[in-house]
Amino acid sequence: MSLAELICPAGTPAALRTAVDAGADAVYCGFQDATNARNFPGLNFTPDELAEAVTYAHARGTKVLLALNTYPPAGKVDLWRQAADLGVRLGVDAFIVADMGVADYIARTHPQARLHLSVQAAASSPEAIRYYCEHFGVRRVVLPRILTIPEIRQIKREIPCEIETFIFGNHGLMVEGRCSLTNYLTGQSTNMDGVCSPASDVEYARHEDGAMSSQLAGFTIDRFGPQEKAGYPTICKGRYTAPHRPEGYYAFEEPVSLNLSRLLPDLIEAGVHAFKIEGRQRSKSYVRGVVRAFRAAVDDIRAGRQANMADLVALTEGQKQTQGAFETKKWR
Amino acid sequence: MAVKDMTKLTLGPIAYHWSAETRRDFYARIADEAPVDEVYLGEVICSKRAPFHEGDLPETIDRLERAGKTVIVSTLAEVMLTRERKATADLAAMEPPEIEVNNAAGLYARGARPHRIGPFMNAYNEATIAWMAGQGATHVCLPAELPGPAIAVAAQAAHDLGLGVEVQVFGRASLAVSARCYHARAHGRTKDNCQFVCEEDPDGMPLRTRDDAPILRVNGIQTQSESYLGLLPESGQLVADGVTHLRLMPQAVDMVAVAEVFRDVLHGGLAVEEADNRLCLLTGSSTLSNGFYHGAAGYRRIAMAAQT
Repeated sequence: MSLAELICPAGTPAALRTAVDAGADAVYCGFQDATNARNFPGLNFTPDELAEAVTYAHARGTKVLLALNTYPPAGKVDLWRQAADLGVRLGVDAFIVADMGVADYIARTHPQARLHLSVQAAASSPEAIRYYCEHFGVRRVVLPRILTIPEIRQIKREIPCEIETFIFGNHGLMVEGRCSLTNYLTGQSTNMDGVCSPASDVEYARHEDGAMSSQLAGFTIDRFGPQEKAGYPTICKGRYTAPHRPEGYYAFEEPVSLNLSRLLPDLIEAGVHAFKIEGRQRSKSYVRGVVRAFRAAVDDIRAGRQANMADLVALTEGQKQTQGAFETKKWR
Repeated sequence: MAVKDMTKLTLGPIAYHWSAETRRDFYARIADEAPVDEVYLGEVICSKRAPFHEGDLPETIDRLERAGKTVIVSTLAEVMLTRERKATADLAAMEPPEIEVNNAAGLYARGARPHRIGPFMNAYNEATIAWMAGQGATHVCLPAELPGPAIAVAAQAAHDLGLGVEVQVFGRASLAVSARCYHARAHGRTKDNCQFVCEEDPDGMPLRTRDDAPILRVNGIQTQSESYLGLLPESGQLVADGVTHLRLMPQAVDMVAVAEVFRDVLHGGLAVEEADNRLCLLTGSSTLSNGFYHGAAGYRRIAMAAQT
């Protein structure tokens, strides 16, 4: 059985301490710039904050993973290289990378550094994963949220590195690292700037009939009736019309959260080494609740006890949730 | 004009599920009439579609090569299932023709043998291009969302390494791919029982916002821009910056006429303004955009500065 490490989000220094105290085996975080895929206002770490965070986490036996998982546009690669150099100096335990140029730089310049392949690299086959393992010495792959458990089990047999999967949080629909939807509407790029449906471009418009529109950069991403709760205008979770769907429908996915807690034992059995909780943008209390619940469940499973899944399922109670692709191919 | 004379026009792979007959007719006309130098074939989007047209591949390659075109076969953008892994490995074993790789699984299978890097490979910068060149890449197609100044740096790096460098200048941009088929979803089906409903939309299925503004196009697992990229006004700058190949993506419009417009600008001295007007007429209700190039929202059409 794998160790079932729990990898927890740390959007801020306070959230990092919360996740460490709640029992995270590792936390992941990023700098306050385009080098990571959650480059949101008010999030992430200054170099000094990261230094303190590493000290705090290491004193409690928790690892710190640094996300450098965006794609530098030509002419700007130095920002990513400097971030990697700084991460090494501060003693982070691994780098989460996607760009081949960034991976190659770290592998050559800091051969002792541990590399994890970000979900942003979209490596979804044994061959793709082996490419990164053989060329850059990648030690762990974060699998895209598009694979079923039998497929994960099969991949595990054919690759030389550990597997990390998402288990809870935002349910990404598009193959990560291949999505320019935000740049198409807003001029800010998910891959190059670490931005996704940015809050600075969001507006809500109330109509005379009581309906509410949620808009991104002037495009109506969804329209809600007077009794409906208006959601955030994430492009891939909006409602649109199509020739066969004049009524408006969720063309890509409904606004649901991923919750794989019920599948936790199966995923461990399939050979998943580490479980990632999404949500660097979420509150301290959210992080505390989710990490504690998963900590208890993982410890129970490790000890051969029946885990109390009810607590985990309750985390998203009242919200729509999904097991996405993991449970059945029908999702596709 | 010497540099412009060396610039090649290419025709990218068909992104849609056009019938085998439509494809045969399309490539016959491209072979006979289109002023493009290089043609990319192969199924890039959905492995379920490939059996409908891959049998015609040898004949199509032959037809295009006899017409003097260079032919390159592109690999799948998404490789997950056994059949996709096998298709990728089979293409990687081919030679000739040249292949364009769109997934790291293809890079793994191809090893150090020569290959082109496709637009799905995320070659965003000079460091990645240098890495790829060291692994046998001879040519790189840059991501459609890369802005002009980054294209210039990337093109210079590619040139210094002896690589060809390509930019898409016409057709819908690929904005996303997914494991889920959104064409099937729109019709209440799943990918496994899709019944190839994507064939109904030879230029993609239009999505509109709920206040009826056109926004995106669905093509199976792919999401595309509603607008066609149209970098005709920028083509001179692209060439000056070292881009060696300009890519036209096949849309359900008169692609021979589209290629002629680009050829006339590149090699015939046709004024950009007049050419752009011709292109707008050819594309009908689909608008042209160049926002990505200018670092703006991709759907935008940024006006040219007054030229003297």
